[in-house]
Parts: sequence; structure tokens; C-alpha cells
Amino acid sequence: MNGDARDPLPIRLATYAIQVAALLCMLLLWFLATNVWHVSSILLPRPLDVWYQLIDVVRSGEFIRDLRVTFGELAAAFALATILGVSAGYFVSRSSYLIKVFEPLFAAIYAIPIILFLPLYVMIWGLGPASKIALGATISFFPIVLSTIVGFGNVDRTLAAAARSMGANNTQMFRHVLLPAALPVMLAGLRMGFTVALLSVIGSETIASLAGLGHRIVNLAESMEMARMFAYIVFVVAIVAFLNWALSAFEAYGRWR
Amino acid sequence: MSPAEVAIRVRDVSHQFGEAGQARHVQALLNTSLDVARGELHCLIGPSGCGKSTLLNIIGGLTPPTTGSVTVAGKPVGGPMPRDLAFVFQENALFPWNTVFENIVLGMKFQGVPKTERHERARRALEAVGLDAFAGHFPAQLSGGMRQRAALARALSLETDILLMDEPFGALDEQTRTVLGEDLSVLLSRSRKTIVFVTHSLGEAVFLADRVAVFSARPGCIKEIISVDEPHPRKPSFMTAPKFHMLRDRLYGLLHDEIRKSMSETAQSRRRYGEAADAGGSKS
Repeated sequence: MNGDARDPLPIRLATYAIQVAALLCMLLLWFLATNVWHVSSILLPRPLDVWYQLIDVVRSGEFIRDLRVTFGELAAAFALATILGVSAGYFVSRSSYLIKVFEPLFAAIYAIPIILFLPLYVMIWGLGPASKIALGATISFFPIVLSTIVGFGNVDRTLAAAARSMGANNTQMFRHVLLPAALPVMLAGLRMGFTVALLSVIGSETIASLAGLGHRIVNLAESMEMARMFAYIVFVVAIVAFLNWALSAFEAYGRWR
Repeated sequence: MSPAEVAIRVRDVSHQFGEAGQARHVQALLNTSLDVARGELHCLIGPSGCGKSTLLNIIGGLTPPTTGSVTVAGKPVGGPMPRDLAFVFQENALFPWNTVFENIVLGMKFQGVPKTERHERARRALEAVGLDAFAGHFPAQLSGGMRQRAALARALSLETDILLMDEPFGALDEQTRTVLGEDLSVLLSRSRKTIVFVTHSLGEAVFLADRVAVFSARPGCIKEIISVDEPHPRKPSFMTAPKFHMLRDRLYGLLHDEIRKSMSETAQSRRRYGEAADAGGSKS
């Protein structure tokens, strides 16, 4: 949930209240659907059943193994994409010719659904984590490299000239001018990259995998344990919401005041 | 002028953007020579695109000239000379992620000035421009005039003998510009710095300058140099004196034809190449 920090407190509180109310409404609809309108519990389990299952999942620690697999894949994919995307982006941004060549190319590739390569990746790297890491890294490479190019490629010339005229050497130029100028755009790209890496890791686990949260959810669906499946979905949503919150806090920190 | 009195010597400087024959080729400066005396405020004025900002960047070592040479304080210019000269740019040259104080300190940090001295000099510079109460503000929190004061403070803190000012008040409204001009004249009379000042404004040139170099249209070269001969600090009353108007009219007479020429040339090259022709020369 996002309140704009510049709004006065009552407006911020109202914003939160409306957001919470909307969530509660959805919960109420869910309750009505199962308990009053009698939607089949195979399609939609009762909220309370899901709650009990969620408590059991968390208490038993059953989730730990899958969580570890999924987050290991996510961390590796995101780290790879960050290292490759930032260094490639910085390199390209140093020449206006390279920007002209590579920016449209990366933007075009970013627009195609790379998930289509999953079967190929599974053939190359197998059903284990490697294919998920490769796919996640491929997909999240593009927003990261593009935002790095834009960030470092559009540093105000006057700022660079001012720093040079005051005697900045290359290290000082990078540390005090290029990096802070590029950081806000880059952080937005890193956040986007993180989100798509997460989507593709969990998504590809549901398609072809041996372990992980996506794998677990599909397994539960196939064995008709709908309440437990929903519990896992809630669990994943909660973790992702927390990560997103942490990331936007980090992003806001990098923005200029 | 004896060599000891010359702070900046420009000899036969030419500059072109792109190669001859290319669509983007622009001859910005042609065989320009100029001597700036120690302690004088020398204005460069001319139609847009005449190369006056380019000449300033060449003097400051930010742009190497295609041909010709520049010496500053007796040394040939081959790159930035942060100990000899400081720049004040038109606008937005303050780092937006730093406070005013951090902005000022950073320039000295680049040159390895020790921390306590940095802070002391930054405080003095802020006081000199009347911004001591805004040291902790970010540039975005200041008005355009205050931002330019801060930029001036940053240049002053570097304690160079020479200031290069590239239309420093160009983006400001007329009242703010006039007040900053008066303050600069006072500052100048105290510090005896050598200043090269690029401007579009006839009134600003006459009010501030000891001498004004009038540029011809592209390819720019100096058409005439006019002396103002009025002691600093100059009072606002100078702006209503007959001498002020006479000099201003004379400048306008010199510039009028050049501005017409430059406008028709720009229109022609736009017709020929579209926007591409403008890319190299837009900031010159």
C-alpha cells in the first residue's frame, strides 16, 4: 500500500482506510461466495479453511524447503541480471553511438514474451533450479539494462562540465556526478527487474519444475487440496507484498529530495 | 597591455563542430583573438550561435579549439584549470542531490582542500552572496535567483583569480537579473577578480563590463571592442545616465545587423537540414 508522504496526515489515513476497506470487501465477497452463495469448495474453499491451512503450513515449517528453493532461484536470477544489466548498461551508455544501436534492440527484445523460451531452457538446463535462474535472469536483464542506459546516458551535460571545470577526476566524476544522477532511474529499473524475476521464477516453477513454491501450488491443485493451495497462495502474496514494500522504501531512499 | 597585465590571451582561435561537408558541420569561431586584462570584467555579446559560449569553454579548457591557442595566467590551456579559473553556468549546474552547502564543498573536495578549510571557505562564500541561511536547502527548494547566487558562491569558494560566467543570469526575470548584476558589481570592486561574462543582454553588458567584445554572426569573430570606463561598484543610477544609453545604443547598432544575419542563416539551415543542423550549435 502506498500513501504519498507529502499529503497531510488525515488524507494519508483516509487513503489507507480506503485501501484496507477494499481488501476487506474482497474478503467479504469471498466469504459470501462460499458460505451464502454455495460456490463449490473445489473451486473456491472457505476463507476459514484456508486460514487453518495457512496456520498449519507456517507452524509445520513445511514451506521452508520450497521457500528456500524459490528464493535461491530468485536471488541468483536477480543477482545475475543486476551484474550483467548494470555493467552492460554502463558500458553502452558511455557512447552515444552504442546507445543508438543497443537501446532500441534491448527495448524490442524486452517486448517479446521471453517465457516462450522456457521449454528450450528446460531442455538445456533441466527441470531443476538452473533453468528457472536462467529464465529469471534473462527476463529481468532487460528492464535493468535499459534503465541503466537511460540513467547514465542522460546525465545533464552542464553538471558533468561543472564537475570537470572544478577538477573532478574520473573516480570523483563517477562517484559524485554520474552515479547519483543515474541512481533514481536505475533503482526504478532494478525494482522492475526484481518484480519480473519473481514472476518468471514462480511462473516457470508452475510449468516445469521439481521443487519450489510454484511447484507446490500446482501439486496441491492437482491433488485437489484447494484450501491448502489457497493457503500457499496467500503465503506467497504476503511475502511478495513485504518484499515490494522493502524495495520501494529502498527506492525512495535513492531519490533526490 | 603589458604581458603582466594580461590574465587571458586568446590567439587566432577557430572552432568547428563536425567536419566540413557534413550536414552538421558548423563553423562556430573564426580566427578570434582577445586579451582580457587582469581585474577587468569583459563581456562577450553577440547573436545566438555566434560562438561566444564556445569561446568561454575553450578558455576554460572544457573544449579544445580546432586551431589557435589560449594562455591563462601565462600557462597554455590544455584542459580544465581548476586552480586558475572557475565557471558559473547559465542554470542547473548545481548538483540537485546535494544541499547548497554540499554543492559548494564538493568543488573544493575535488581539489583536495582539507575539510576544515573547505567548510570555512564555503561559509564565507555563502555569506558573500547572502545565502548563509539556506546552506541546508536543496537547489529545488530555491528560486532561480538564489540558485544562481549559490552557483556564484561555489565559484567564489574556489578562490580562483578568474571567473568565467556563461549567461549566469540569462534564465532569470529582469528584476532579479538587475539586482544580481548590482551585487556582482559590488563583489567585483572588492575582490578584483578577472571575469569573462557571456550575455545576451545589452543593458547587462553595459552595466557590468569594463569592456564589451561584440561578436559577428556565425562564423563568429570579434567585430569591435567597446570600453565602458565607469568605476565599480556601479550604482543603479548608472542605468539612467546618458552615457549608459549612449553605449547601449551603440552596442545595439553594432549587433542589429548581425542578429538579422544570424536569424536568416538559422532559418535557411533549418530548411535545409531540419533540426539536425541545430544539434552542434545550439549551445554555442
